[in-house]
Amino acid sequence: MCGIAGLFIKDAKLEPELGSLLAQMTSTLCSRGPDSAGFAIYSRGAGSRAKLTISGPSAGFDIGAVGERLAAALGHDATSAVRYSHAIITLAHDDVERAEQWLAENHPEITVMSGGKSLEIYKEVGYPDDVAKSFGIAGISGTHGISHTRMATESAVTTNGAHPFSTGPDQCLVHNGSLSNHASLRRELRREGIKIRTENDSEVAAAYLTKQMRDGQTLGEALKSSLDDLDGFFTFVVGTERGFGVLRDPIACKPAVMAETDRYVAFASEYKSLTCLPEIAKAKVWEPKPATVYFWEHA
Amino acid sequence: MSTFDLTKSSVRELNAALHTLKDDTNDTLWSVLNPNGEHSIAAGVDAAVAINVQGSVGYFCGGMNKRANIVVDGSAGQGVGENMMSGRIHVKGDASQSAGATGRGGLLIVDGNASARCGISMKGIDIIVKGDVGHLSAFMGQNGRLVVFGEAGEALGDSIYEARLFVRGPVAGLGADCIEKPMRDEHKAELIELLAASGQDHKVDVAEFRRYGSARKLYNFNIDNAGAY
Repeated sequence: MCGIAGLFIKDAKLEPELGSLLAQMTSTLCSRGPDSAGFAIYSRGAGSRAKLTISGPSAGFDIGAVGERLAAALGHDATSAVRYSHAIITLAHDDVERAEQWLAENHPEITVMSGGKSLEIYKEVGYPDDVAKSFGIAGISGTHGISHTRMATESAVTTNGAHPFSTGPDQCLVHNGSLSNHASLRRELRREGIKIRTENDSEVAAAYLTKQMRDGQTLGEALKSSLDDLDGFFTFVVGTERGFGVLRDPIACKPAVMAETDRYVAFASEYKSLTCLPEIAKAKVWEPKPATVYFWEHA
Repeated sequence: MSTFDLTKSSVRELNAALHTLKDDTNDTLWSVLNPNGEHSIAAGVDAAVAINVQGSVGYFCGGMNKRANIVVDGSAGQGVGENMMSGRIHVKGDASQSAGATGRGGLLIVDGNASARCGISMKGIDIIVKGDVGHLSAFMGQNGRLVVFGEAGEALGDSIYEARLFVRGPVAGLGADCIEKPMRDEHKAELIELLAASGQDHKVDVAEFRRYGSARKLYNFNIDNAGAY
C-alpha cells in the first residue's frame, strides 16, 4: 500500500511550518505504511555550503561521534549536528568527495542518506508517528518536503530500504507501487556509474532519474522518459533543490490527490492527509491525471 | 434529525447507528458534519433515509448502499457507491477512481468529474457524471447505464458486456469490443427518461450524446474459433 505526502511552499511565511504540516499530513498515512517512514526536507540554511545527512547501522549507533570525527578530519570549518539517529554534516562543496571517501575508509557501516545544498533525509524503521517524533520533524522549517510511510513489498524492512531515496545531489524520490524491471535496470545504471546502494525497486527509479538528469534532461523530461523505461505500478513524488514533481503510471492504480492555493502545493495518497492544511476548503483539489508530469519550481 | 459530528464521534459509531435502522424508523434525516475525508462513511446502509454529508469524504462512501439517499456536499475518494444495490448517491464535487464500481442498482450522480475506472464492472447501476470520466470507465460493464456530459478517457467500455454508455463529449478511445452504436429515437427516449428521473433533464440536449456498447464479439463463444482451443 504505502503512503506519500508532499508539500511545496509558495508563500515564504509558511516555511517555518513545513515540518509541522508535513508531520501532520504523514500522521494520517500511518495505516498505509506502518513498517517505516522517511522525510526529505529542503531547508534553507547551509548557504554557500554543502550538507550531508549520514546514518549509522542502527538507531542506537553513536552517529554523533562519527560526525564529530568526520568534521575534524575535513577541517575548513566543517560542523556536525545530530538529529536522533542521523547527523548533518555542513561542509565546503569541494570537500564532499573527501567526506564520502573518509566515511568509506573509516566507517563503511555509515550510509550517506543525502547530499546537496539544501536536502536533508531522515528515515527509520518504525511506526511513522514515532519516527517523526524521534527526529523532531515538526520543528524543522523548509521550502518543500516529501514523506513516505512504507508497507514493504519488494525488499526488507530496513532503514536503508525506507524512502525517500536520494541518488544525486539534492534529488530525492518516494514511490508507491512496485517496479518489475528493477533488477535489469539496476545493472544498467550501475554500469553507467550511478550509485545504487540497496536491492530496493524504488531506489532504481530514483537512480534512473538521476542518470537522465546527469545526461542533460530536466526533471520534467526525465519523468516523461520514465514512462517508457520503467515497468510496473508507480506514483512518484520527487524533489530537487528548487523543484517538486509528481508522476503516475498510465494505469494509475495507486491513489493520489493534490491541492493548490496561493501559499502551497500539496500531494497526498488520501484526501484525509490534506485536511490539516491551511484553508484547504478554499484550495483547488484535484486528482493528478495518469502519465502526466506535474512540476513546480521555486524561482 | 440525527446529527453526527465526526470530530466527536467515529465513523464506526455513525455506521453502527445507521445499520440499526428499522424499516419503520422515523429517524429519516441524518446529517454528518466534518467528514474530513474519512473512509467508509455511510457504508452498508439498508434503510430509506436521507443522509447529508457536509464536506469531502474518503474511500467507499455509501458502499453497498440500499435504499438510502446520500448527498455528499464535497468530493469523494475512491469507490464511492461501490457495489451499490439501490437508492441514490449524489456527489456535488468530484469523485475519485472506481466510482460506482460493481454497482447493481440505484443511481449515482457526480456533479464534477469522475476519474479512472468509473463504473468498472457495473451490474445494473445508473451513473450520471456531469463532467468527464477517466480511462477504463465501464470496464467489463455488465448492465446499467453510464451517462457522461463531458469527455471520456482512454479505453472506454473495455471488454464490455451489456452496460449502455452515453457520452456527450469526445471519447479518447474505445476499449476492446466497445463500439459506437446509432442513437435511435428509442435510445433518446431512454436517456430522457433517465435524466428526468434524476432531475437532470432540460440541462442537456440528448441529441448531443453518442451511444456506445458491446460489439458482442468478445464474450460470445465463436464456433469458427473452435480449432484454436
